[in-house]
Amino acid sequence: MSETVIKCESVYKIFGQNAKKMLEESNGNVDAKTFQERGCIVGVNNASFEVAKGEMLVVMGLSGSGKSTLLRCISRLTDATGGKIFIEGQDLLELNNKELIELRRNKMGMVFQSFALLPHKTVVENIAFPLQIKGTNTEESISRAMEMVKLVGLDGRENYFPRELSGGQQQRVGIARSLAVEPDIWFLDEPFSALDPLIRKEMQDEFLRLQEKLQKTIMFITHDFDEALKLADRIAIMKDGIIEQLDTPANIVLNPATEYVRKFTEEVPREKVLIIEDVMDASSKDNLGDLKVSKDEIIENVAEKILTQEKLVGVVDSKNNIVGSIKPSKIIDTVFGGRKNGN
Amino acid sequence: MEYLKKYPKLFQWLFLLIVFFALCFAIDVPETYKFIRGQAEFVKDPNQSVYFFLGKEVRYYAFDVFWRLPPLLGWLPIWINDSLFFLMNEWMPMEFWNEDTQEFKTRPLLLEISRNLTAFMTFLIELIREILLGGLETIVAFTSWDFIDAYPWLELPGLPWTIVAAGAAILSYKLSGKGLALFAGLTMIYISIFGQWKPSMQTLSFILVAAPLSFIFGLGLGIAAYKSKRVEKALYPILLVMQTMPQYAVLVPALVLFGVGDHAAVIITMVVAVPPMILLTILGLRAIPPEVIEAGRMSGCTNWQLMFKVLIPTARRDILIGVNQVIMVCFSMAVISAFIGAKGLGFNLLLALNQLNIGLALEAGLCISLIAILLDKMSLAWANKQTDYFGNLTFFQRNKNVIFFGASFVIGIILAYVGTFIFKGSFNYLFEIPHNKGISTADFWNKGVDWIFDTFFVYIKAFNTWLIQDVLQPMRALYLRMPAVATLVLAVGAGYLIGGVRSALVVAALTLFIALSPWWDRALVTLYMATFGVVISCLIGFTVGTLCFQNKKSAAFMLGVCDIFQTFPSFVYLIPVMMLFGITDTSVLIAVIVYATIPATRYTIEGLRSVPVGLHEAATMSGVNKFQRLTKIEFPLAFPHMMLGLNQTIVFALFMVIIGAFIGTEDLGQYILKALSDKNGAGIGLTLGICVAFIGLIFDNLIRTWVEKRKKHLGIA
Repeated sequence: MSETVIKCESVYKIFGQNAKKMLEESNGNVDAKTFQERGCIVGVNNASFEVAKGEMLVVMGLSGSGKSTLLRCISRLTDATGGKIFIEGQDLLELNNKELIELRRNKMGMVFQSFALLPHKTVVENIAFPLQIKGTNTEESISRAMEMVKLVGLDGRENYFPRELSGGQQQRVGIARSLAVEPDIWFLDEPFSALDPLIRKEMQDEFLRLQEKLQKTIMFITHDFDEALKLADRIAIMKDGIIEQLDTPANIVLNPATEYVRKFTEEVPREKVLIIEDVMDASSKDNLGDLKVSKDEIIENVAEKILTQEKLVGVVDSKNNIVGSIKPSKIIDTVFGGRKNGN
Repeated sequence: MEYLKKYPKLFQWLFLLIVFFALCFAIDVPETYKFIRGQAEFVKDPNQSVYFFLGKEVRYYAFDVFWRLPPLLGWLPIWINDSLFFLMNEWMPMEFWNEDTQEFKTRPLLLEISRNLTAFMTFLIELIREILLGGLETIVAFTSWDFIDAYPWLELPGLPWTIVAAGAAILSYKLSGKGLALFAGLTMIYISIFGQWKPSMQTLSFILVAAPLSFIFGLGLGIAAYKSKRVEKALYPILLVMQTMPQYAVLVPALVLFGVGDHAAVIITMVVAVPPMILLTILGLRAIPPEVIEAGRMSGCTNWQLMFKVLIPTARRDILIGVNQVIMVCFSMAVISAFIGAKGLGFNLLLALNQLNIGLALEAGLCISLIAILLDKMSLAWANKQTDYFGNLTFFQRNKNVIFFGASFVIGIILAYVGTFIFKGSFNYLFEIPHNKGISTADFWNKGVDWIFDTFFVYIKAFNTWLIQDVLQPMRALYLRMPAVATLVLAVGAGYLIGGVRSALVVAALTLFIALSPWWDRALVTLYMATFGVVISCLIGFTVGTLCFQNKKSAAFMLGVCDIFQTFPSFVYLIPVMMLFGITDTSVLIAVIVYATIPATRYTIEGLRSVPVGLHEAATMSGVNKFQRLTKIEFPLAFPHMMLGLNQTIVFALFMVIIGAFIGTEDLGQYILKALSDKNGAGIGLTLGICVAFIGLIFDNLIRTWVEKRKKHLGIA
């Protein structure tokens, strides 16, 4: 794996008076119930993970699961109660106010669920805001902001006020603003949750396009499991402040670690999530038929072709070497199998 | 029994009323009781009882404690007064260097602070005043009188009115556009040609010092309260009392602390104008969505940047309402502080009213109202202004306003210079039109008033007599007939039924303070006038509001009218009523009604507007007609907001009742006015003010508690 950008070591966030003292007393065994009885609410419970450079980690959980709190700990909008957070090797919790501001001005960008645009500034002023805060002069910041306006496809609306834009357009402004300082780390807190389904899909596609181009290190928060599957390199599923499972989308669908995770995966159309590599048999490479498919292909796209075959279908990598095979019946198993067993 | 279970509250209220009336009938009026007119409370009389407390002698007429409580707090005003004098004249004497006499002088600390503060205020006012009108005090402030004697030409010449008018128009154009520019220009021309230039500029200079200072202090304290819970807790009770404190009452202690004149007026205006600014700043900052704050933090804002680039602009709607309030209060005070020697339109207005020259009063009142509206609109436009980054403007376009102002400056000076030749030997009308040399319509109005009196005298007199004899007198007698104990029971009972023990205790404390002060009877008279005004105002306001709400355009129009009426200084309302009804209680009450109808109307429209659209549609689909929708859906939902309107109506009515003392009423206001000319009046004035504030707070507490409960119940909190 390449260089680690974000690293969390048993991060806790507990709200309430005496939270710190209670956490110390508990020796790392935080039980939400006993804490609640004593007037504390556990937001994040022992979260440890790493995010590599250019990776997109999607944190998925229902409301109240602590996912937004986790993000706010890592962006230090709120101070973690315990644990350590490293951003590019720097201990985040040790930074003083000035260093933190420097970090945010140059390394971090964040997009919010409710867009959080400044109502008194126009589109271009909103986007230029982080630059102007940094001290960039007006001319330069505005011209840079105009580039961002073009990047998110809002040309011609740069002098509109946020209230004059639709939700999708407002979030484009939010995205452009968060990218204006060219941050390395990009935090997105349920950026598409407030949007209509159609707009949401459009924005997701656009977001993937942007990420292809920009290759940022991303933490993306969502409560929508489908969205997580669509976007993520890896998914962390949270419940009651605990990360229940952190894995690639395929592994989560195929091997849910807990009952809670399984419930999410049940309704997921596997053929849309899994790629051939996830279900192929890497040991048998003989007796192959004529059809060959790429290992990175999503099952749905090739299922029809494979199902017309009688023999084993060869699986090839990008250099056209055979890396395994797949039985047509395996496709049927994958699509229908998992759901029959589930309760 | 079933009814009892179904409506327990109703029966509790009925029980309370029964107890109240039973007490009223059970306790007889003592034979010796009579409503005390004049200052009789302080006249030595062998029938009076006497007690001493803290070395202060309190004399009072003793009655049965059920009828009237003894004035156990009678020592308070005297004590406040003595303390003030002690603080000012004896406390903490220190050595201060005196620049004029070149030696150290011993002075009490507070006196020195007060003198320095007033000197600073005087300097600010003089500076602006002399830019507008000319003079030499500012230059003296930097040099000395000897210096001026040596160089007598060194004097600020003052701007010709043409330049100020052009400047106002250009500034308005830059801020808003043609409409406001036209309004600004016409206002200035009106002021000038009606010969009100000098007093108007005096008032303006007063406002231009008081309003920005109030804004800055209010914003600063509001931010401090937003940041620190402790500051908020410390400020809150003061803010609460100041909200319902009549502006008159603050004048009296100011006299002691800061003396007489414009500087004292500025300081006292700040005392009155800062609290609403603080409240609205806190309100606005609290309402900012947390994500906006986070967005600011993630953009790398320092605390300073976060406050001034993110928080305050985001909260600007509420802060603007605060600015609007500040301007409103400043103009109101500009008139009222004429009582303590502030110069300007207010002084002329009071003088004209005193001489019953309604025409002159009307002109001065119009001037002050026009300036108030102008400043209000300009401040609004300023806050909503935006910059255009992309306009590829030429030098001329970018600086056209400056160029135009420069041009009008030069032209104005040339005109004024030419004027010295045209109007040789008389007044230079192109420089400044003197006070009584402009056009005046006063005669016309005075004749109009006379005509109204001649023509309608019979009807007005008849109406007046009927109102006073058949409505007001009996009502007043009824209020005065209430035994103190019955009133207390009613107030505390209402507090308990509405807000439980906590409310009951608060109301009891506030009521007891008034009951134990020497002015319970006066408070009852104030209350009766306020009640009368409030009832009529609410009837009018709720009706007008509901009718206007039926149509979007008329609702917006009505809100606009309310805005403009609210900008008028409260004193101005007295002019037209005195025109019609002369010096009677009727005049005061009608002014009260007009003034208090503004919030009643506004809150009715706003409340009805806030009913969600979805409910309208749901109601329409259930097949209700317009009237049913109004009574079954809109009124119940809008009612809590309308009650907040009632709250405001009460505050407005109390203010006006107190101001009405100027015309001559027999309530608390009359004593406040008297305290103004009494050298020992500070304590009395302040205590009286607190009494009035407490009357307001009793209702404020009850209504707010009820509204909060109701909103929670309806799920619209």
